[in-house]
Amino acid sequence: MKSKPLDFLATGVAILLLWQGLCWLVGPDVISSPGDTLARAAMLVVTRAFWGHAEATLSAFALASLISIVGGVTIGLCLGLSRFAAEVADPILSTLYSIPKITLYPLILLAFGLGLSAKVAFGAIHGIFPVTIFTMNAIRNVAPVYHRTALMMRLPWYSRAARIMAPAALPEMLAGVRIGISLTLLGTLIGELFASTSGIGFALMRAMDIHAVVDILALTVLLFGFAIAVNAAFWLVERWVRHGS
Amino acid sequence: MEANLEVQISFRGVTKIFPGHDGQVDVHALGPIDIDIRSGEFFSVVGPSGCGKSTFLDVLSGLTAATAGTARFEGKSLAGRVPEGVGAVFQQDASFFWLNVWDNVAFGLHRKGMAAAEIKRRVDHALSLTGLAGFARAYPAQLSGGMRQRVCIARTLVLEPKVLLLDEPFGALDQQTRLLMGDELLRVWRETEATIVLITHALDEAAMLSDRVAVMSARPGRFIDIVATGWSRSRDSTIVADERFGAITARLWSTLRTESIKAIEQGASSLNAVKA
Repeated sequence: MKSKPLDFLATGVAILLLWQGLCWLVGPDVISSPGDTLARAAMLVVTRAFWGHAEATLSAFALASLISIVGGVTIGLCLGLSRFAAEVADPILSTLYSIPKITLYPLILLAFGLGLSAKVAFGAIHGIFPVTIFTMNAIRNVAPVYHRTALMMRLPWYSRAARIMAPAALPEMLAGVRIGISLTLLGTLIGELFASTSGIGFALMRAMDIHAVVDILALTVLLFGFAIAVNAAFWLVERWVRHGS
Repeated sequence: MEANLEVQISFRGVTKIFPGHDGQVDVHALGPIDIDIRSGEFFSVVGPSGCGKSTFLDVLSGLTAATAGTARFEGKSLAGRVPEGVGAVFQQDASFFWLNVWDNVAFGLHRKGMAAAEIKRRVDHALSLTGLAGFARAYPAQLSGGMRQRVCIARTLVLEPKVLLLDEPFGALDQQTRLLMGDELLRVWRETEATIVLITHALDEAAMLSDRVAVMSARPGRFIDIVATGWSRSRDSTIVADERFGAITARLWSTLRTESIKAIEQGASSLNAVKA
């Protein structure tokens, strides 16, 4: 039997060693050492400036996530409930999902201008497609035997939908939300990198302009930590609703 | 002894034809079927794959309406509506993975708005009847396939159905488990006095469990033989050693053999039609 915390620790140590090795190999001008970076990260998180940027990023991320989830789940439900609609929408959504959204960035900037709304829009177009696709498929993939069982129990349609179809589709929907949220964060940060006046992405870009390697890596580490925490939280919820199935 | 002799389910000329789409020919899946099933009877249907056994059950459960003929349950016509008092367990696992065993079994009772004390009484009884008493707090994913089918059976039993329809419920289980599940099914049948209609492809299972076994032809499914087994109501799986068991199984197979060959040829010819 292997213990999960031990695996986790071993992975962490391996990454740190690799990082330190790289630092020695290419020099601290390119990659700062883990020690320096983590020390800088600890310093950053107590400054007011950092939290100003963090707040800008978080509010854009939260809004974009809300749009991704509410929009994606609503559209996905509507499409999933109609076989015809789903068959028509499936190839269109897959294509939209796979095009590199970065090519739309100039259009988004023209439409929304610099600032919060462009970041939110760019985050949302990254997240809404996976959430829609997963939700649609979650509904379509509910085992037909559940439907037959519900009919045999003579349940009214709203009971069938709320008590059987919804919980049966929930784990796959949550998986879509988890992936959608990760991509929303990616979209929001890309939005900040290229054209914005605040946010972690903006701070990262400014650090790059003045070649502050330690700052770049410290911010990156903090972003990694945040992304992993969000993903892990959703993963735990997903695992809980699956009950081991 | 028979619990009751009155006719509960009556089929007269029941036929099911699925209309072909996009210029394909109609599929004559079932019938005409004429059968009377008595209240409290254990009735099985065996037949080759794709012969319309499940269609028969779908008409009987009210999930689908017959194209022609009349299907009646307790005198009332089954016009594609699920009647009160009929429960079904299917081959595929239909246990609700998001609920534990107890809540799975209580599901239908909660939806009926029954009092909590009565729900508890019925659920506890169904759990002990199906050998699940020690697993009330477990989730389906923690159980074996056989245990999950028991959950589905218990969930149907708590609703106290007058007729229990079983569509190859043990099809996915191994042979030993199936024999033991058969014993349990017989116990449930005796205690509840419900009518059981079992669809199966396992001849030994049908021969051991049933009062009567109907043999269905290759498509369109018709009853070409109906074998009364003559077992006592208190039978169990030890009757497989009885010489009559061998005779019944042999008779079922001799009828079914030709039909199974026909069914395979039907499959091959429809495959050729697709190729051509």
